[in-house]
Amino acid sequence: MKRLISVTINGKQRTDEVEPRLLLIHYLRDVVGLTGSHIGCETSLCGACTVELDGKAVKSCTMFAVQVDGCRLLTIEGLVSNGKYHPLQEAFWNEHGLQCGFCTPGMIVACKQLLERTPVPTEEEIRHGIEGNLCRCTGYQHIVNAVKAASAKMGI
Amino acid sequence: MATILTPQATGKLVGKRVRRREDPRLITGTATYVDDIQKPGMHHACIVRSPYAAARIKGINAQAALALPGVAAVFTGKDVAALGPVPCGASLPGLRVPHHHILAQDRVYFTGHPVAVVVATDRYIARDAADLVEVDYEELPAVAAPEKALAPGAPAVHPEWPDNTAFTYHQEGGDVNKAFAEAEVIVKQRIISQRLIPTAMETRGVVAEWQPGDKALTVYSSSQIPHLLRSLLAGMLGLPENRLRVVVPEVGGGFGSKLNVYAEEALMGFVAMKIGKPVKWIESRRENFLCTIHGRGHVDYYEIAAKKDGTILGLKLKLIQDLGAYHQLLTPAIPTLSVLMMPGLYRFKNILADIVGVFTNCVPTDAYRGAGRPEATHGIERMVDMLAAELKMDPAEIRLKNFPQPDEFPFATATGLSYDSGDYEAPLRRALELVDYPRLRQEQAEARQQGRLMGIGLSTYGEVSAFGPSPATPAGGWESATVKIDPAGKVTVLTGASPHGQGEETTFAQIAADELGVDLEDVIVLHGDTAVVQYGIGTFGSRATAVGGPAVYYAIQKLKEKIQKFGALLLESAEVTFTNGNCVCNRNGKSVTLAQVAAASYRAMKLPPGEEPGLQVTYFWEPPNFTFPFGAHIAVTEVDRETGRVSILRYVAVDDCGNIINPLLVDGQVHGGVAQGMGQALYEQAVYDNNGQLLSGELTDYAIPKAGMMPWLETGHTITPSPVNPLGVKGVGEAGTIGASPALVNSVVDALSPLGVRHIDMPMLPEKIWQLLQQGGQA
Repeated sequence: MKRLISVTINGKQRTDEVEPRLLLIHYLRDVVGLTGSHIGCETSLCGACTVELDGKAVKSCTMFAVQVDGCRLLTIEGLVSNGKYHPLQEAFWNEHGLQCGFCTPGMIVACKQLLERTPVPTEEEIRHGIEGNLCRCTGYQHIVNAVKAASAKMGI
Repeated sequence: MATILTPQATGKLVGKRVRRREDPRLITGTATYVDDIQKPGMHHACIVRSPYAAARIKGINAQAALALPGVAAVFTGKDVAALGPVPCGASLPGLRVPHHHILAQDRVYFTGHPVAVVVATDRYIARDAADLVEVDYEELPAVAAPEKALAPGAPAVHPEWPDNTAFTYHQEGGDVNKAFAEAEVIVKQRIISQRLIPTAMETRGVVAEWQPGDKALTVYSSSQIPHLLRSLLAGMLGLPENRLRVVVPEVGGGFGSKLNVYAEEALMGFVAMKIGKPVKWIESRRENFLCTIHGRGHVDYYEIAAKKDGTILGLKLKLIQDLGAYHQLLTPAIPTLSVLMMPGLYRFKNILADIVGVFTNCVPTDAYRGAGRPEATHGIERMVDMLAAELKMDPAEIRLKNFPQPDEFPFATATGLSYDSGDYEAPLRRALELVDYPRLRQEQAEARQQGRLMGIGLSTYGEVSAFGPSPATPAGGWESATVKIDPAGKVTVLTGASPHGQGEETTFAQIAADELGVDLEDVIVLHGDTAVVQYGIGTFGSRATAVGGPAVYYAIQKLKEKIQKFGALLLESAEVTFTNGNCVCNRNGKSVTLAQVAAASYRAMKLPPGEEPGLQVTYFWEPPNFTFPFGAHIAVTEVDRETGRVSILRYVAVDDCGNIINPLLVDGQVHGGVAQGMGQALYEQAVYDNNGQLLSGELTDYAIPKAGMMPWLETGHTITPSPVNPLGVKGVGEAGTIGASPALVNSVVDALSPLGVRHIDMPMLPEKIWQLLQQGGQA
């Protein structure tokens, strides 16, 4: 029995008929066509699927699409505005905060939340803030540098 | 050969911290990984897997699955009995190779063994239907640990080989008996390098599409080896290789786990041909842990012989390798790499090694970051530390005493290798300087007086990299590059390597831009599609830059000759030099740009004698030797007496990977490598129970390091160029992983040495350390 949902994604409103059991991540990737958010575990452990739901970072692999009816979503694709990268995107690039890139979209969304809560985080606060997002490539150090660089830039 | 301590730019771009050209698509979420591929009419596959490690299949009933609306087909072992087998590329004398069908026939050999595949219009329906497939199993006794598998009366993994022994392998060099007879001290230890799960963040995935009109199959797969995959897959499916195209899209990490050819890759090709529709299979994380290769899996028995002054005389090793139930692509070859690296960085010339390769009812082990070399380094570095402790020598002093000196290179090892270049003291001395070693030892003495358990651990590691000369590899050890300049003068590099996070789209562009005197923006680097790129080998074993890089370099040297000839025509001069992107007449200084030369070469109004039109060169570079990176890591740790938890107070890694093309990327490789070595030392372990059930089967139970578990890493470099290739590079992908685990274990053993602890096996979980503390250090 499909259900109608109405969602604002990256500033654009849309309505879709979805199966009640359709996971939010599959809705975003397969129905909406926003494949920037990834699936790394389907158990909310790795954070590759992290998106922003009404301003809060959530793991979209353990939510149903029907749960976001009437909500605002922001995904990695929505971080570029007027052709300009978000300071975090720019900082991840400058600081080599990514290698294979698979965790990166979720990681950047999680870091955005971190900087909104703690605009000038210490190294420890950064490491704590991204505990829910796994990266197997970087050893996290360049991610720490990237968050610090973005924080400095956003503070200006 | 002087060792230079600071990376220096050798060109306009080579040697500089250039940010990656791959990144814009990755940071915006617009890259295309396998699961991002959509095809019209695409179906989805879900694989039915064995819940038992050993069982007989008595029957399969797929009727209920087939009756589910949306299900297109269910295939079982008998449908694919004639395809395959899953290939083993390694050969050893007397190797027993079980026939590895792409779906189980009448028996399963490990938990997760594929038994059937369900194909449906939707991935949810495919999963529902997989649950409806009834498989009647008769469970059989299983064995999941290699030493248990060797014990008399153990269940036979493969009934035809009741001793569970796939092969034995013996190697010796020098006169190890004499060395041990002359020894003044002998130290023995059993050392475990536990099974690890590679855990690339992107699991494996395949999309296959059949074009019946062309009798052509396209397979998209998350792989490190597009061309080798194509060759082997063509054989498995009985297709002519030229009608099979493999496309490797964006790959979310591999670490060796995608240096392979898997049953599912052939299975999806088969399904696509059978149903006449594109089909997608994406591995779940659970499947990734159960069915993608694991790494390590050693039980090693070491004996080291030395003189009282610390001079090492010889090393003996009995290596028991847990192979799992089958040989994947390189499974049996991996422990032979451990033997090659047994002597580490030390001068002694007497070794003896015996490997027993053991079948177990587990998923196969194969190449995981370092592949045999972390195990060997862990072994020698632990043994050298134990020897130092026995002789009451400083661990730095004993190492310095046993290094060959720079003028002894190329250095012939007891295992038959020729180390290319080295100054092994340099990174160690640099690392000791960075931590202020004498002061640190002082601090440790004070900490001990306060009852704190502080440890300092060293490792001086070496590795064999840049695989490698073709005679030493199973499938060709060269790498290829095509460099072409289009009529407008822009440059395209096609590399046979298959980068998946390492950044060669950037480093190869740096090389090409410097060599051709053009801007970085004027170069693009393509890879991974067998329909676009000439045959190549792939990315693994720290080889892409050290073997693929020189291929790019040499292709450009040939191209430059042609550019000069066309330039000479345009300038009507016999003496022309190509420099900084222009052809310049040596006599009158007149010049033409690369774009003008390129346009003329394609317009072809006039051709230099004997030349073809166009500017394109393909070069296959065969390296004359491996390269041998090295370095020194120091870990400072403290153990909490109450909980057994290890804190890393400082971590210093000084690596020597030869010349550095991009220091930013090299640091990234070192950080990531160290993180995986720390994972092994402290957290990670694939745990099977006695029945062959994988207990660490999800990310909840398998602890890869999180950000808060990692210390700040202090890195440094020494530079000893490799004489093996014209770039002087050695490779750096695996260095961090190889250096890290012994530094950490040596550090924690040092911390606990006042309690009499002389060895700890990995992972050094708090529980294990706590128990040691409770028992006063006695295991």
